[in-house]
Amino acid sequence: MTIAIEARDVVFSFGQTPALRGASIAVDPGEIVAIMGASGSGKSTLLHCLAGILVPDSGEILFDGARVDSMTEAQRSSLRRDRFGFVFQFGQLVPELTTAENVALPLLLSGTRRAEALRKAYGWFERLGLEGLEQRRPGELSGGQAQRVALARGLVAGPEVLFADEPTGALDSLTGEQVMDLLVTAAREQGTTVILVTHEPRVAAYADREVSVRDGRVNAPDRIAS
Amino acid sequence: MSVPLTLLGLLDREPSHGYDLKREYDAYFGRGKPLPFGQVYSTLSRLARDGKVVISEVGPGEGPDRKRYIITDLGATEVEQWLTQPVEPEPHLQTVLFAKVVLALMLDRPAGEYLDTQRSAHLQRMRELTEIKRGGSLVDALLADHGLYHLEADLRWIEMTGARLDALKKAVRQ
Ligand SMILES: Nc1ncnc2c1ncn2[C@@H]1O[C@H](COP(=O)(O)OP(=O)(O)OP(=O)(O)O)[C@@H](O)[C@H]1O
Ligand SMILES: [Mg+2]
Repeated sequence: MTIAIEARDVVFSFGQTPALRGASIAVDPGEIVAIMGASGSGKSTLLHCLAGILVPDSGEILFDGARVDSMTEAQRSSLRRDRFGFVFQFGQLVPELTTAENVALPLLLSGTRRAEALRKAYGWFERLGLEGLEQRRPGELSGGQAQRVALARGLVAGPEVLFADEPTGALDSLTGEQVMDLLVTAAREQGTTVILVTHEPRVAAYADREVSVRDGRVNAPDRIAS
Repeated sequence: MSVPLTLLGLLDREPSHGYDLKREYDAYFGRGKPLPFGQVYSTLSRLARDGKVVISEVGPGEGPDRKRYIITDLGATEVEQWLTQPVEPEPHLQTVLFAKVVLALMLDRPAGEYLDTQRSAHLQRMRELTEIKRGGSLVDALLADHGLYHLEADLRWIEMTGARLDALKKAVRQ
């Protein structure tokens, strides 16, 4: 079985604070994996290492056969821009832009022409039940709407891996489940691999499998990372 | 699921035949476990014996489906009481899981691993229910949700217990 993205024995500390103490995880292409674990256990740090946002102190990150941990900052940043997508707990939309421009942003940043980028962005509004909100500013959206816009932005460029850190953490149960339903449907349609951090079991149940992080290590049931 | 009360509740809408009651029961409450005909008719005759339904024979011929069942005032009152009274909020304190954890600690076995195994079994079931929910009708979705929230409650307990195993071990090994 090929592996889409993998962390091998990753160690990471914030100054004196150890966050990861030898974390390993391997994710198959198109797989949706939930990373669970108590607050402070290292879930977000692991996600950031996998996504090339943080560089491990030791250990390896492999994506598509390449060592992400030994790339230059510029290489990692183009990897994030061109091949990864992101959704975080609080949408983190750009307040000055319209929601359509927010969704189009990853395309614009990777050099797609504006008209084409906006056309693609509009397609996502329909898909996610957001028609009519294209010209609003993020400040004029409800939390659930903003999170769907953030999801559209995370997926618009057809990323190979979507990193989602508590994407439903700020939403009520029903809205959160709608966002998860859309996320899973869209990811499956385009074959996107999803790494989903959540501490909510009902959210994790949308994934194909879960791993739990404890004290900076990954404990994966039924599958021993080799 | 209380079969007698559910059948009574269905009869509270309109009189019905045993066969139709079974069909409706299976559609809404059976969840892949259809009610055997024998149980439908034995339940209905007990309800009749207790004065909660009366039987009206319609049409000539043989067989149970000649019979229509009609709810009585007594039966309707019972349905009303059942619906208005809250379900016993059972604490489920003596679950198998609890017993396993305590025994594992007493016997110096790896209780934490048992909890991990239980967590993945719970999550596996939650994934199945989530699939049902995503593919099914609103009725399926709401039932699946009921199961999901209960499993989630168990999981919270598993997390809390997992985090306090050391303390629990001291408590049970004194
Ligand atoms: N920017 C930072 N500076 C210093 N320490 C940090 C920083 N970010 C995280 N940590 C520490 O690293 C450890 C792991 O944090 P991390 O954010 O990965 O946890 P988490 O599992 O995502 O928790 P949560 O569920 O609360 O989001 C914690 O001890 C945390 O205090
Ligand atoms: Mg976090």
